Amino acid sequence: MDSLGSLIIYAILALSMVGFAILAVTTRKILRSATFLLFTLFATAGVYFMLDYEFLGAVQIAVYAGGIVVLFVFSILLTTHPGDNSEKLHSRRRSMGLVAALAMLGVSAYALISRCSLLCTPAPEMQNPDMHKIGAQLVGDAANSATSGAYLLPFEAISVLLLACIIGGVVVARKR
Amino acid sequence: MNCITDILNSIDITPIWYLIPSLLMFCAGVYGFMTRKNMIAMLISIELMLNAVDINFVVFNRFFFPHSMEGMFFTLFAIAIAAAETALAIAIIINIYRAVKNVDVTSVNEMKF
Repeated sequence: MDSLGSLIIYAILALSMVGFAILAVTTRKILRSATFLLFTLFATAGVYFMLDYEFLGAVQIAVYAGGIVVLFVFSILLTTHPGDNSEKLHSRRRSMGLVAALAMLGVSAYALISRCSLLCTPAPEMQNPDMHKIGAQLVGDAANSATSGAYLLPFEAISVLLLACIIGGVVVARKR
Repeated sequence: MNCITDILNSIDITPIWYLIPSLLMFCAGVYGFMTRKNMIAMLISIELMLNAVDINFVVFNRFFFPHSMEGMFFTLFAIAIAAAETALAIAIIINIYRAVKNVDVTSVNEMKF
């Protein structure tokens, strides 16, 4: 049983998510495409907030909407002239893309609808994962070491990956 | 009026309500990846697809396994990997721009310049 307010917020989030996603791939100005991607990412963060994952929503806004979109905008301004339109699509290319997307949509929608009874359960009660719980799972808690720190290895792997990515980015993009 | 609010109040938001928009978002990403020629636009389409998959992880975690946090952590790591991937891809794209002066995939058909 959801309140009317959450239904309205859901409708706004879902519509803006889908609408801006479609606009992002169909608009012919590349900078607008990046802006629509930003709105889609914000709507996704709103969905995470709706599902009670506040930390995840904050990470989504900080890393995706804050970091990745800024990277996109910088690279667009470096590589294209502002105001340029991309050339009109050939009908063959467009129909190829439409066929691929609609085939994907048909197969997945069939799989979803045919298992609709499994997917129509209301949301169970959940204790909001607070910062202490997330930290204990991620890097461990000295007080009870038996159950915590389950994600220490992936956390380390991600940190090494980010370091490798920084070095790789500098090596690839430096002037020779 | 009361009748309408009663009906609206009895509607549950179920997993499929989230899975359908994320599916549409994924298909938009597929369409963009197939049709775009600009490399940055293709990268934007890939981000859309990644984002749709992240929503699915979180929704399954929230509705079916509310007492564990696997889906949430998977999404957290997926966001970090997406950031790394984007940074590296943009470094490569800027390097290609220096070599061939545009960012169309059709103009990159030789391995060595």
